[in-house]
Amino acid sequence: MEKKDNTPKKSPLSLQLNLSKFNSYMFEKASEDEKRQQDVMSESTTFFKDGMRKLFKNPLAVGSIIVLSLIILIIIFAPLIVPYRYEEILSVNGIRDKGAKNLAPFTYSKMEQQYIEAGGSRFPHIFGTDEQCRDYFIRVVYGTRVSLIVGFFASIIVLIIGMLYGSISGYLGGKVDLIMMRIVDIIYSLPDMLIIILLSVVLQTILNFSPGSLLDSLGTNMISLFIVFGLLYWVGMARLIRGQILSIKQNEYILAAKSIGAPTSMIIRRHILPNCISVIIISTALQIPSAIFTESYLSFVGLGVQSPMPSLGSLANAARGGLQNYPYKLLFPALMICLIVLSFNLLGDGLRDAFDPKLKR
Amino acid sequence: MTPLVEVRNLKQYFPVKTGLFKTEYLKAVDDVSFYINEGETLGLVGESGCGKTTVGRTLLHLYEPTAGKILYQGTEVNEKNIHSMRQKMQMVFQDPYSSLDPRMTVEDIIGEPLDVHHLCSSKGERREKILHLMELVGLNAEHATRYAHEFSGGQRQRIGIARALAVNPKFIVCDEPVSALDVSIQAQVINMFEELQEKLGVAYLFIAHDLLVVHHISDRIAVMYLGKIVETGTADDVNYNSIHPYTCSLMSAVPIPDPDYTRSRKRIILQGDVPSPLHMPSGCPFRTRCNHACEKCAQEMPPLTDRGNGHMVACWVK
Amino acid sequence: MEDKHLLSVQDLHTSFFTDAGEVHAVNGVSFNLDPGEILGIVGESGSGKSVTAYSIMQILEATGKITGGKILFKGHDLTRWNAAKLDKFRGKNVSIIFQDPMTSLNPVFTIGNQLIEAITLHTSRKGEQARKRAAELLTLVGINEPERRLKQYPHELSGGMRQRVMIAMALACEPDILIADEPTTALDVTIQAQILELIQSLQKKMGMAVILVTHDLGVIAEMCDNIIVMYGGRICERGTAREIFYNPKHEYTKGLIRSIPNVNNMKEKLVPIAGTPINILNLPKGCAFCARCDNCMKICLTEVPEELSINKDHKASCWMNVKEAFEEQGGAK
Repeated sequence: MEKKDNTPKKSPLSLQLNLSKFNSYMFEKASEDEKRQQDVMSESTTFFKDGMRKLFKNPLAVGSIIVLSLIILIIIFAPLIVPYRYEEILSVNGIRDKGAKNLAPFTYSKMEQQYIEAGGSRFPHIFGTDEQCRDYFIRVVYGTRVSLIVGFFASIIVLIIGMLYGSISGYLGGKVDLIMMRIVDIIYSLPDMLIIILLSVVLQTILNFSPGSLLDSLGTNMISLFIVFGLLYWVGMARLIRGQILSIKQNEYILAAKSIGAPTSMIIRRHILPNCISVIIISTALQIPSAIFTESYLSFVGLGVQSPMPSLGSLANAARGGLQNYPYKLLFPALMICLIVLSFNLLGDGLRDAFDPKLKR
Repeated sequence: MTPLVEVRNLKQYFPVKTGLFKTEYLKAVDDVSFYINEGETLGLVGESGCGKTTVGRTLLHLYEPTAGKILYQGTEVNEKNIHSMRQKMQMVFQDPYSSLDPRMTVEDIIGEPLDVHHLCSSKGERREKILHLMELVGLNAEHATRYAHEFSGGQRQRIGIARALAVNPKFIVCDEPVSALDVSIQAQVINMFEELQEKLGVAYLFIAHDLLVVHHISDRIAVMYLGKIVETGTADDVNYNSIHPYTCSLMSAVPIPDPDYTRSRKRIILQGDVPSPLHMPSGCPFRTRCNHACEKCAQEMPPLTDRGNGHMVACWVK
Repeated sequence: MEDKHLLSVQDLHTSFFTDAGEVHAVNGVSFNLDPGEILGIVGESGSGKSVTAYSIMQILEATGKITGGKILFKGHDLTRWNAAKLDKFRGKNVSIIFQDPMTSLNPVFTIGNQLIEAITLHTSRKGEQARKRAAELLTLVGINEPERRLKQYPHELSGGMRQRVMIAMALACEPDILIADEPTTALDVTIQAQILELIQSLQKKMGMAVILVTHDLGVIAEMCDNIIVMYGGRICERGTAREIFYNPKHEYTKGLIRSIPNVNNMKEKLVPIAGTPINILNLPKGCAFCARCDNCMKICLTEVPEELSINKDHKASCWMNVKEAFEEQGGAK
């Protein structure tokens, strides 16, 4: 830069400072290492690790994870510990124990008491027994299993169909997107309960399962539930994925990938889907309680799993009758539903806060 | 000598719905022609809405040109050969934050072009090439496994440049590559562009709105206004001997970081705003703001005429 | 002595209290502003220039707080004022215009509505009087057909127009000080020239002081009488425009000037500053610039440089100047 002015007059610096407090060592050049101390790059974290770290700082999310883990442990191990089966009508020494009806928690029937006094051991009825003389605790455990499995598989169905549909619609855009979304709108307007009921009635007459098989024990009600989930409930996920893809498409790195010459399939696989993962996980986590709730509701109105297979909803339904006398029978399944649904919801919220892609660094 | 890249009568019109059944065309690029020689830098300047970014993207077939031809070493670029052409022509983007996929490591980002065009036969070869590219742009080799979001703006831009260089292109479109960077970092990246040009003989189409930077890095400059090129010539000619009224006012409006110089020069302040590209004035688009406009300007668009030494200007009056 | 200055910032410290810890955005900034002066604060991202301006207006985000120092407006320390006093102060004595006029104007209200609100809040004018004043202001900032414009919404206006409206709102009460935070960064070059010229002419007409905060050295050279260069929350150097550009005495300023194209020799190779702008989460013990400085010395690593006068128009905080003086005196005793 050309100096348009002459150099400043001799600076009166020496008058401003006491120069004797300096020595020539101070004015030696600093080495590269000494300077480098400032330039440390922070610890490498992937997006995932960073999100997990945030998640574990959230006490509600950690609480839900603990609760859910406990529940899962219980439902896996309880049947191994508790000697009763869910459909087993209690009997002592081979004789049906009629007096074991509607026992309160941790009490024994007369026959059982006699048996214990005579020297036998009887596993306590932690939740008591039900109308049909079956151990309630193990029924609740099995009911939880059924509810969780139903919830899980229903969510998977929703996820797969919704993801495929939403990503095609979102990526292709234009007329295809328009038509696909109008179909979604139509599906939204259909009454799901009605269809489940109709389908279940129809299936009952059509299908004939071999007794004892898994499908039979689930019953046509459950089958129709899954079918309806597959037909109707994926629309929310599809809309979500489509929206996510539309916003990802705007990013310049998609344009950059096109300018490199990457084909569409590669772009979707490498760039678009990985960036949707956090949204997918979060909405799946929130979908599970919704599916469980739907199943519980259906069971409550009598359209749930076939007896004797319990589900939390059907247990709650059965407990309605004796509510005045045996309130605990409604309490336990209802509490379980609440715990599961609440935990998944809190976990989903926690995941969303931790992995929120809108947070720019 | 055939130029490396030539653009002839390029048009890019975007349909815009202006009513329930009416569709008008936004003439983003309206009959633009220019050429770039091997190893040369052509600077493309203009204000927002002039179409310079659209030119860059259409050049690489990211938009299908409405009309016109794009030639690479004399061969026309079209749908059929665009995939192989992408190995010769690449792009560096403006925003270092959104032009890199946040879920990919540096290695994968730089390696993607190699994968798309199957340029490496083994993983080892791929790794070596990537490390070599990182070195070329001044990135630390040990950062290859890190994620893009861990780097600063200037470093991300280097990653973007390394990605563009992966396929060994002869021509790179640089779309505002330094606008989003701090001043002290801009110089680093500009120097790198120049060094790469010296070393590898790459040609650039340098699109930017910072006129000082463009003057510094370009051999020749083209000035755009509302989708048309109004003046083109050597960098010095366009800056110091500008002829077109728009170029003159543009050059005089640039704030110069030199107090004596900037306060002594005469400013030509344009009145009014840029007209909407949907309703372009007839004839010369600049006539609504031009102090020298005459009748002919409203009737017909002036062609680019040579004023000597390849200095082309599109103006009836000057 | 302090009362003589319109604004006197003394040893200002501002921090943001975030999850990641306390971020020291401004570390000991002091300067004075006189009536009619145009002061430029130039710096890159992380330099603390915008935070300084916001501290003066007391419009920091919720997590920000002034942790030390004084800001004297006509002799009164406004860091001690309560919210009510500050509300009256803002807009009346000091106003601010921001970088992006689209986000600073409320999109659901008309221009007229917002202008009139500013006028009625701070002056005694109401109703029809306020409307007339609004139209006057629009003409003052160079918007023609003011009556029509008053009824329009922000999105109907171009970027340059919106910035003019922002300026009109800022001037509604004829403030003593106008703070402009990157007012033209989002605008095209030709519009930028219009706005800068407008600010200059309004300043002459109304005699107010202007604090122009920007990273653009060209704009600073064009507009400002005095310049402050900031880095890492501290002032590196301050002086008149000519002193700063032609006789820089801080390594950072020298580096900045070398890294932009030289008007007299455009093809001259640029000399960049190595490294990246400082991360204000990790401020070093000594000079904030030392990691990037070619001439960094041992003393720079540990001691924050003291500010010394180069001449009556120029002060700098760099150990290199002390080294010069030291060596002139004959070196070690």
